[in-house]
Amino acid sequence: MAGAETIDRTAFAEWLQRVGDNALILGHRVSEWCGHAPALEEDIALANQALDLIGQCQLWLGLAAEVEDKGRSADDLAFLRDAGAFRNLLLVERPNGDFAQTLMRQFLFDAYHVELLRALKGSTDNRVAEIAAKAEKEVAYHLERSADLVIRLGDGSAESHARMEQALKSLWPYSGEMFIDDATDQAMADAGIAPLPSTLRAAWDETVAAVLTEATLAHPGQAWQHKGGKQGVHSEHLGFLLAEMQFLQRAYPGAVW
Amino acid sequence: MSSEWPLWEVFIRGQHGLNHRHVGSLHAPDAEMAIRNARDVYTRRNEGVSIWVVRSNDITASSPSEKGPLFEPANSKVYRHPTFFDIPDEVGHM
Repeated sequence: MAGAETIDRTAFAEWLQRVGDNALILGHRVSEWCGHAPALEEDIALANQALDLIGQCQLWLGLAAEVEDKGRSADDLAFLRDAGAFRNLLLVERPNGDFAQTLMRQFLFDAYHVELLRALKGSTDNRVAEIAAKAEKEVAYHLERSADLVIRLGDGSAESHARMEQALKSLWPYSGEMFIDDATDQAMADAGIAPLPSTLRAAWDETVAAVLTEATLAHPGQAWQHKGGKQGVHSEHLGFLLAEMQFLQRAYPGAVW
Repeated sequence: MSSEWPLWEVFIRGQHGLNHRHVGSLHAPDAEMAIRNARDVYTRRNEGVSIWVVRSNDITASSPSEKGPLFEPANSKVYRHPTFFDIPDEVGHM
């Protein structure tokens, strides 16, 4: 807790929103498959995953609201912020596309997410460490599942291979943002709350390289990378996602079950 | 797509149960994925501690038309049930 006492609250709340928004936006994206997945079993698996992520987002945004101390709740943060106030990575707001794209997005994020959560278990802030410990178990399973499916479909039929390759090519330029450090990240690292994103890169590279090799997919190597999501500069896709996700609370403020 | 996948029967051992119980079936391309699918389809509410899956095709079942020859002979053999013993009162409820 020593870190949390001395740390700049604004930076801490900002960082918590980044972690929470990644879970929220990806969770919503995955939930869009509900009722549309290629097989019943896959449909349920995706819905479970979406629920895991939305559950994690509730914890992260709940803590963000507490740290921020402006009288907002996790729900207020999720449903009443506009796109420019969201801090998620551009990768997680990418549209679902075909199943290959959904899977590849999931795999690239899971491989990063699990490293982040493992590091966060050693956070100087107990609340962060506890949420990370709970989420890490769920995310370890997400990675096991997404890596397995990337391998199966990459090393599958000619069509599944081509689709996976296409998905990798289109999503790769959104993978670099996960490892860019900025002033907020530096403040969190100095306080011992979170690792610098760049320090997670080596383990991610290793996981991704191993899975792509087994999946017989060509590693894209160096490529120009998009950035900006963490600072609130989003693609047009986030606006459409929020329009659907936030509709009820915007149209009927304070509506409850 | 799932029609191309074989059917699997799923057995789950519950939190307090000793035996795996049949809970239902699902489609999956192989055993490993059948376990994963079973985890997602049948253990969402913390139902189990262990999962078995077996290809439905690999189950040999008795035929309903042989119900008579298989089971009826047992009907007339009441002496196979332990209902003819006098149980001393001291034993209490059994």
